[in-house]
Amino acid sequence: MLELNNCSVIFNEGSTLEKKALDGLSVHIKPGEFVTILGSNGAGKSTFFNVISGKAPLKNGKIILDGQDITSQKPHQRSKIIGRLYQDPSQGTAPHLTVEENLALANSGNRGKLSFAIRKQEREKFRDLLKELDMGLEERMGTPIGLLSGGQRQSIALMMAVLNPPKLMLLDEHTAALDPKTAKKVLELTNKYIRSEKITALMITHNMRDALENGDRLLIFQDGKITHDFSGEEKKRLQLKDLIEYYDV
Amino acid sequence: MSTAIILRAIQLGLVFAVLSLGEYITVGIMDNPDLTVDGSFVTGGAVCAMMTIAGFPNLGLFAAFIAGILCGCVTAFLQTKMKIQPLLAGILTMTGLYSVNLRIMNGSPNVTLHASGMSDHTILSNDATRLYVLLAIVIALILAMYLFFKTSIGLMLRATGDNEEMVSSSSINVDNMKFLGLGLSNGLVALSGALLVQFQNFADVTGGTGMLVLGLAGIIIGEAILRPKGIGMGLIAAALGAVLYRLLYTFALQLGFAATDMNLVSSVLVAVTISIPYLQKLAKKRKSEHA
Repeated sequence: MLELNNCSVIFNEGSTLEKKALDGLSVHIKPGEFVTILGSNGAGKSTFFNVISGKAPLKNGKIILDGQDITSQKPHQRSKIIGRLYQDPSQGTAPHLTVEENLALANSGNRGKLSFAIRKQEREKFRDLLKELDMGLEERMGTPIGLLSGGQRQSIALMMAVLNPPKLMLLDEHTAALDPKTAKKVLELTNKYIRSEKITALMITHNMRDALENGDRLLIFQDGKITHDFSGEEKKRLQLKDLIEYYDV
Repeated sequence: MSTAIILRAIQLGLVFAVLSLGEYITVGIMDNPDLTVDGSFVTGGAVCAMMTIAGFPNLGLFAAFIAGILCGCVTAFLQTKMKIQPLLAGILTMTGLYSVNLRIMNGSPNVTLHASGMSDHTILSNDATRLYVLLAIVIALILAMYLFFKTSIGLMLRATGDNEEMVSSSSINVDNMKFLGLGLSNGLVALSGALLVQFQNFADVTGGTGMLVLGLAGIIIGEAILRPKGIGMGLIAAALGAVLYRLLYTFALQLGFAATDMNLVSSVLVAVTISIPYLQKLAKKRKSEHA
């Protein structure tokens, strides 16, 4: 599904501030796999995501997604098959557009460019989707999304990704800015949609418990490399206290 | 003020309503004020003047719109493909357009429609229908823009102005959206310039100075009065504000203000209106500190 071969990213090359953000990293992610990622700050987790989505240029290496070499593709070309959720809920939605307009934006791939983005049909589809969130948002479809809470916005951002199911989903600490109860809810929804739509997903988190309890595989990053890789039974047997030894918190 | 003067002010206001509608796309929707305006406004006028003299007044309006789109695309090209800062990109296009506009007008700084006899054959020639023609144009534009912003591509354009970061990580091409927005905006600006030429029957190569601020003044006054929430009301407010501003402008002239001082008046008005929210916040803070 996703294959990175010997990928390196170097910041401030040639200066005293030179830093290898990714250091010859190679990894292979299987279709439908849900991978959680742990690592201290500066370990290269976000650079890993930026390289996959095309926002950080590679010094060398190769990225193959779904059998296709995407190394030289621009971000907007890749985003047809890659979805991404950020830590800051305001990054994933357009604040002055209403709830239904944001959803319509995600849905626009299914509509002609000059046809109306929201007809009765779309409105009903969105209403049904929002009902699944169980947040009462189906009654607030005309509200500018900037007036909603972070958890509500993040849930809608997730929904927007699902409207156009990506082949690969990048979750960049997408529950870190939410209160524990909302975070749990959003994570439940994440699991539900990833499984039902059979999306391959990578999730960065600083919450070790979340990393253990979710997904089929766990990667630990350090100094631009993957230092540990647990999957299957090995991951299931993993305990919180084991993890602490594997990386500096 | 006589009714004839008021009527003329309203008509002229409607001409500038088209300018404000054009600027609404860059200022209100894309959050990217565009200085191309002072150049493309004249380009529209120049193209329309030459076409009208050649005997094609209506085609001239359409050609002006297209010429404006091209001006906007030049700025978009500089912004996106050459990575030049938005303000500088606009200034570069505007400055370059001054020479282009003179070329279009065969090197003369002003061109009159009277000499060709075509001044009686434009859609604005008839005193009795002029107001209705302008009103119809402005209403049709508001309606067309409203519908456009409800389409998928219109929504993409609005999202680009609202959260470029999000759009750049979606499958929407941000660069294309900038071409679209700046193109349409300057197309309307040029159409406004073209209507002004047919309204006053002459084109002037220096006529673009202050047009960006003038259009902005219309948008700001409309927003202050109507406090629009949605996109439809935003468009109506921009057009209405432009007409109101022209009425105020005319009133000030009647009071004895020199016409040459009016650019200063426009600038002060826009500067003060934009800084009011900040000054209010400052005053509130002072008050709470004293309490």
